[in-house]
Amino acid sequence: MPPARKRRIRLVVALSAAVLLACALVYTSLLSSSESVTPSDLTAAKAGTSYTLTGKVVDGSVRSTDGGVDFRVRDREGRTSVPVSYNGAVPDPFREGREVIITVRKQGTTFVGERDSLVTKCPSKFTEDATQRASS
Amino acid sequence: MAIVGRALLILALVVALYGIAVSLYGAVRRREEWIVSGRRSVYAIAGLVTGAFAILEYAFLTSDFAFATVASHSSTTTPTFYQAAAAWSSQEGSLLLWLWLLSLWSTLVLFGTRRQLRIVAPWATAVLLGFAAFFAALLVFKETPFALLAVAPAEGAGLNPLLRHPSMMIHPPMLYSGYTLFTIPFAFAVGALITRQVGAADWIRATRRFALAAWLFLGIGILLGARWSYSELGWGGYWAWDPVENASLLPWLTGTAFIHSIMIQEKRGMLKIWNVSLVLATGTLAILGTFLVRSGILDSIHAFGASTLGVPFVILIGIMIGGSIGLVVWRREALRSENRLDSLLSREAIFLLNNLVLVAMAFVVFWGTFWPLIAEALTGTRRSLGPPWFDTYTVPLAIVLVLLSGIGPVIAWRKATPANARRNFLLPAVAALGLGGVLAAFGAASRPAALAMFVCGAFVVASVGQEFWRGVGVRRAMTGEGPLRALRSLVARNRRRYGGYLVHVGMALLFVGVAASSAFNNARDVRLTPGQTTRAGGYEFTYAKATSRVSTTKAGELEKISFGAVVDVRRDGEKIVTLRPERGFFPSRDIRGLGPVGRFFEGEATSEVGLQAGIRRDVWTAMTPDIRNLMPTIEEGDRVFAAAAGKLPPELEGQALGQALSGIVRQYIASKPAATFRVITSPLVTWIWLGAIVVFLGGLIALWPGPDAPGRRVSARYAARVAEELGRA
Repeated sequence: MPPARKRRIRLVVALSAAVLLACALVYTSLLSSSESVTPSDLTAAKAGTSYTLTGKVVDGSVRSTDGGVDFRVRDREGRTSVPVSYNGAVPDPFREGREVIITVRKQGTTFVGERDSLVTKCPSKFTEDATQRASS
Repeated sequence: MAIVGRALLILALVVALYGIAVSLYGAVRRREEWIVSGRRSVYAIAGLVTGAFAILEYAFLTSDFAFATVASHSSTTTPTFYQAAAAWSSQEGSLLLWLWLLSLWSTLVLFGTRRQLRIVAPWATAVLLGFAAFFAALLVFKETPFALLAVAPAEGAGLNPLLRHPSMMIHPPMLYSGYTLFTIPFAFAVGALITRQVGAADWIRATRRFALAAWLFLGIGILLGARWSYSELGWGGYWAWDPVENASLLPWLTGTAFIHSIMIQEKRGMLKIWNVSLVLATGTLAILGTFLVRSGILDSIHAFGASTLGVPFVILIGIMIGGSIGLVVWRREALRSENRLDSLLSREAIFLLNNLVLVAMAFVVFWGTFWPLIAEALTGTRRSLGPPWFDTYTVPLAIVLVLLSGIGPVIAWRKATPANARRNFLLPAVAALGLGGVLAAFGAASRPAALAMFVCGAFVVASVGQEFWRGVGVRRAMTGEGPLRALRSLVARNRRRYGGYLVHVGMALLFVGVAASSAFNNARDVRLTPGQTTRAGGYEFTYAKATSRVSTTKAGELEKISFGAVVDVRRDGEKIVTLRPERGFFPSRDIRGLGPVGRFFEGEATSEVGLQAGIRRDVWTAMTPDIRNLMPTIEEGDRVFAAAAGKLPPELEGQALGQALSGIVRQYIASKPAATFRVITSPLVTWIWLGAIVVFLGGLIALWPGPDAPGRRVSARYAARVAEELGRA
């Protein structure tokens, strides 16, 4: 086979493989991902659908339960909040006022957190406190 | 002091801008004095930033709470080691650390190459100074570490308890060293492209060691983060595919590809366009990693909150990507390969395949990390991907990668003959497949991916072991040395090669540990009361009794209140170990609306995990105490202290608080409290850390200058001197 033709075939095979892989990547990404939402987006939530909820834990809302914790999550900027019930290990940094990310499904009027999906933003990252109080 | 620190940073910014201008002028006009002045600007910046960093450290060590960053990240009760390390726990302090490390590494490389690379170095100097100017500008205009408070508080907030872990304090300097070191090959690649020197081996030789050091430091940083997560956070994992974790992995993957493929360019003059693209991509991804932590564009548990640094970083990354693509396209003719691939069964082909796998992994990680933004652009809705999606792609790629790391080092250059392949691979393949068969018979076949990883890992160890064996044999035959001496001289004579082999063995151990601990881990979350037992992975965990204590600092101040458990672990009725997990509650920094007792239950809580690490299996447990029964006592305590407010002298109030907390501690134990436990038995986790140590040792051996290095340096100096005298420099 002439080298030029051989190179062309290799190129076509490589490109076809790349296109196939890219399609697989997009397809599985769409299939496996859950919608990232804030509490105010959940007003029209469908029962059984999985959502990745991001927001802040409402002050005074945290109640320990036998297997985990119940709390409310509110918008970062705003007052809309939703109740969340979570069973499983509670991360060390979890507390009121802190930002959390949790995968939830609607059950009745409550959003039930998926086991091990509760993560709390690392509290080591501050920017506002120092600068707001500073008189540069 | 603060004003001096700020002045030093402003001066560093001015010197960086001056240095960029004179380096570019010197490079374009070929004016040596300007080039030298540009290089000295880098040295000057290193001095200035060292001064600024020393002032900040001094402020932390002397608890100077007039500094806003010291007040919010340290306290007089923070241990000295953590006071020193607290400097980089803030946004502004970590940016200063970035700039300081950048200036030190830049100084090191430019001093080392001051008599070489006379055409490329001025452009590289300008690029490195560009990075320095960018970070100095952020520190001067956006996030100054030298901001002062209007009124200095008597006490600081203290370092977050979660960060009081040795590996967590070394983790940022390691990561930042990796990131900053990767900017050096980037800068020299830009210089080489501009000056059409991209095919020359000298810039690669000069920066290769820095690329390797970057790879090593970044890898150590990533693993220290994983170790901290495993032993300090109460979830029992070491990797969560979080965007910020992924951001540190991206330049490491492309950097790994680069340090392999660059060997092909050195040996055969091939893959130039690929190598230069990898260097540029790695440098850009290092900045992207720094940016992701600071921008807040992706939901990450590690990202800084309301940051204003997103726009400057996006502009810098845009310039880096646009400039890199433009330069590669502009110099595509100079980047043509000098040779072609002779055979698919050759070291070049294996290295290329290894590169493709690494780049594919990097692409998958990049895609998954940025999927929320991609999905929003495609569908209008932000969506996110979890660990199972990442595992779907990275697990098979990692298996192939480990297999290739056993083939690459021993296969012949240009074209491997069947005889060569048989000689090099027969024994390792038989050993690996034999082990695979045994493991399959013992149940590993239930997890095919893990089994494949064990086989590939064994293949790497056998293949590298065979290489060492043969090398030692040859050396002994030639010199008559004993086996250990022969091994030592074998490694010493070719540190890069044998250091690299050790790195491969370490990576194989590490991946085997990851595969085993992921596939065969048994985890259980369960609520127990004292005396109750649960089972996980053939082990029985009995919650024997509750524990609690009040801890004080060295100065005698109340530090935290801890509730824990004594957990007896048995296997087949035989006691294996007693674990003592506990959860420590630190008083809240924010005292608004909180009583002195309640403060201790509204602050940070940290887990002390109960861990028995073993070469075969780790037994791990963490607990969350149920303190609901204590709430009435805590509220009553706060009411009593509120009633007594102002009536007790402070020292008596402290004593009374200590007594109140001691009472709570006793009440907790007496109530036989329930607690939620996470118990995990996980095989071969220790192999991950052992593998990391082997990688570290191998990396050090590869980095260490060989015995012929001084000779090479003398030759280079001599050549430069001759060129200078002939007026060709």
